Amino acid sequence: MAITLLVATVVVFLVLEILPGDPASFMLGMEAQEDTLSALRAQMGLDQPALVRYFKWVLGLLSGDLGISYTYDVPVSELIIERIFVSLPLAILAIVLSTVIAIPLGVIAASRHNKSSDLIIMGFSQLGIAIPNFWFAMLLTIVFAVMLRWLPAGGFAGWDAGFFPALTSLLLPTVSLALPQSAILARVTRSAVLEVIQEDYIRTARAKGVSRGSALWNHALRNAMIPVVTIMGLQFSFLLAGTIIIENVFYLPGIGRLIFQAISQRDLIVVKDLVILLSAAVIIINFIVDVLYAVIDPRLRGSGHA
Amino acid sequence: MPNRFQEVFQEGLQHRNFIIGGTITSAFFLIALMSYVWTPHSIEDINIAVKFAKPSGDFWLGTDHFGRDIFSMLVVGARNSVIVAFVAIGIGAGLGVPLGLVAAAQRGWTDELIMRVNDFTFAFPALISAIMITAILGPGAVNSIIAIGIFNIPVFARIARGSALGIWEREFILAAKSAGKGQVRISLEHILPNILSILIVQATIQFALGILAEAGLSYLGLGTQPPAPSWGKMLKEAQTLIHMAPQLAIYPGLAIAMTVLGLNLFGDGLRDILDPKLRRSR
Amino acid sequence: MSLLEIENLSVSLPTPKGMLELISNVSFSMEAGARLGIVGESGCGKSLTALAMMGLLPDKAAARGAIRLNGENLLELDEKMMRSIRGNRIAMIFQEPMSALNPVKTIGSQISEGLKIHLGLNKTDAENKTKKLLDSVGLPLNRFPLNLHPHQLSGGQRQRVLIAIAVACEPDILIADEPTTALDVTVQEIILELINEITENSGMGLIMISHDLGVIAQTTEKVLVMYAGNAVESGSTEDVFQHMAHPYTHGLFAAMPKSGTRNYEARQRLYSIPGQVPEAHARPKGCNFAGRCFKATAECAVEEPVLKPLNGKHKVSCFHPLTEGNPQ
Repeated sequence: MAITLLVATVVVFLVLEILPGDPASFMLGMEAQEDTLSALRAQMGLDQPALVRYFKWVLGLLSGDLGISYTYDVPVSELIIERIFVSLPLAILAIVLSTVIAIPLGVIAASRHNKSSDLIIMGFSQLGIAIPNFWFAMLLTIVFAVMLRWLPAGGFAGWDAGFFPALTSLLLPTVSLALPQSAILARVTRSAVLEVIQEDYIRTARAKGVSRGSALWNHALRNAMIPVVTIMGLQFSFLLAGTIIIENVFYLPGIGRLIFQAISQRDLIVVKDLVILLSAAVIIINFIVDVLYAVIDPRLRGSGHA
Repeated sequence: MPNRFQEVFQEGLQHRNFIIGGTITSAFFLIALMSYVWTPHSIEDINIAVKFAKPSGDFWLGTDHFGRDIFSMLVVGARNSVIVAFVAIGIGAGLGVPLGLVAAAQRGWTDELIMRVNDFTFAFPALISAIMITAILGPGAVNSIIAIGIFNIPVFARIARGSALGIWEREFILAAKSAGKGQVRISLEHILPNILSILIVQATIQFALGILAEAGLSYLGLGTQPPAPSWGKMLKEAQTLIHMAPQLAIYPGLAIAMTVLGLNLFGDGLRDILDPKLRRSR
Repeated sequence: MSLLEIENLSVSLPTPKGMLELISNVSFSMEAGARLGIVGESGCGKSLTALAMMGLLPDKAAARGAIRLNGENLLELDEKMMRSIRGNRIAMIFQEPMSALNPVKTIGSQISEGLKIHLGLNKTDAENKTKKLLDSVGLPLNRFPLNLHPHQLSGGQRQRVLIAIAVACEPDILIADEPTTALDVTVQEIILELINEITENSGMGLIMISHDLGVIAQTTEKVLVMYAGNAVESGSTEDVFQHMAHPYTHGLFAAMPKSGTRNYEARQRLYSIPGQVPEAHARPKGCNFAGRCFKATAECAVEEPVLKPLNGKHKVSCFHPLTEGNPQ
């Protein structure tokens, strides 16, 4: 884990070293005098050798000092904390919503294998995979914001405005993010369940007098969760990418929008920190997935009873 | 192998997915090709007088805020999507498949190294990296192709390695080995033909993902640049006009969704036909 | 009226080549507490017969005839009624103890599940009963707590758990489908003893399904020999073993190692019946066994023999039964 993160810091730093565009001249504009530029570079620490800057940055990360944003002139940590209260709830809501939709649909499709409800669910899932989330977001905006005027077309009310106004502004973004996720997840759930219901222990359960439905939900589903959780973990990084686009569609002041703006404004310190933050998030999710494996499947637990 | 092709095609006619997907996919390619010779209007025809025109015999799907013909823009946009997705697959397969084959043939630390790097790229949010790449190289069609292509590499490497490992265990490889053939020759003459169908299926799926990714990058303003039309960019422009002309947001999205759906169905159908073993697990 | 009466049971399964009849007109009956063996090579329809009794045939299978339990035709029951019989009045032990237990559930919950469904026991009562059951199948509680998971047990121990699951609700009939085939030789004997002991003590009827005549001899009083979906010989285990009448039964015996050795390799070097069981879609006209039979004549290839009494309750379906045990 720590090694992957360390590699990530090296890669990100190197990549941004070769990034053309000098932040100092970007900030001061084209006509800036050479001495003002070098003064600013010195102030930003850009005149130091790359290796020194790398170690300063990594040591800063370790001590929680993420540096000062070039463009906003505030500590990067402040920027991130402010935005994370938009992005994190959005990501969590999207994961919860997609799971709540996808798993029952996948199980129903599997239990009605090749019957009409299966075909309908799988048809919708194909559609959900094919529809780009930002287009779906626009369609939702047209229907619920432009035509019905039930929900805001974009922007974030802020948590200060109260729980419900804030939640309302996250509603359409959540749905747009969750749709493609749940389409994929429903597929995976269906095929995992189809595989598991062939197993001998399902027959054993049925031989006990367990009903078909109970065998499916109580015996098959938990075994089918291993591939489902794997895909959910992989989807998390897609979800992060999705938030960049979706936050742009809905003008949400989140991490995704921050990284997008930081890249276009050459606010390299913010870019570096955010990429590391996102990598760390992916790594943490992988860790959570491993923990979930052990929760689901006792065979994967380190120590047993016997 | 014309016979094998015929076989696949004939069996394909019995698969619903293959037919629907194949039809949509061919239509998409034909339209993209057609754009080279003919479009109803030139996409550079800016005529404010006919802006936001309703669909008519002249403008089949109406016009945008510059009075450009939307149908023509979609047709040229299809071409743009094909090129980006196609070249990106070329990059991904061209580098990924050899890497996967080498990993499977060499095993040991080479395999370990290639797969570790692979996992690392995989774990990195692809779009974030694509944004960074386009930010470094500057926005544009070529750079978005490179960005998408780079993220196809680990996909192809992984699938090539995984299926190649299985083939290496077969008896006929042992026969080839005892005939004194080297790893490179075995990989090219025996392994590659045997994993080709899996790679083709994966390529259709990556094609669909490439189209989605291109649309996403163009939507963010990092892909294809004006005046060349692209579906993602059309959506971006439509968004600013969403209250005035919501219909502009419909067609490009529909084009993306239909194409991706067609490619995915085609890929599924192809997989069913080429690899009957996989049929049940789906 | 017998406890179980199976009358002209035929089972067909859908295949790419259309519906295929895998069991044809099989009939037998069984009294309460009786011990019946069904023997035959794999693919002859033994397991399918058992699944038909459990009402667990594949979805698109078609069963004709009757399976009567206390006069009630199980084939006519709806799924809900059948569920109340399954695991309650007829229970089954399957062949593969390694895969027949749910890996993510504790053995305790898997045993008590049937108790809760059929006997309506609450959590505490079900737990107490489960403890007793585990003890009765030779898994003492101090070493085998209820919260163990299947992967923590050996194959033999898992089969004991499966026996506990099957006998939990004290069924009238226990079907054991090759219960020892997948186990180590050393454990096979012990498991058979356990099955014998449990069924005898509680007066449960036993249907032992096996390809192994030794297992049948050890556990049953009556036996039904099946071949390619037909019952070819039936009678008391003693009669059939002493005076086998069907050439196929004779073949099975000739293929069995003497002196009770269960060493599989030793058995392989022994006589084996020439040819293979014809597949369901390639079953010949006339007697299914004719192609492999050393007594077959022209008649056998034309007409299908039916199960007819040979001597009292000993029946055989063969035009040329071997009189007395020795074919020479």
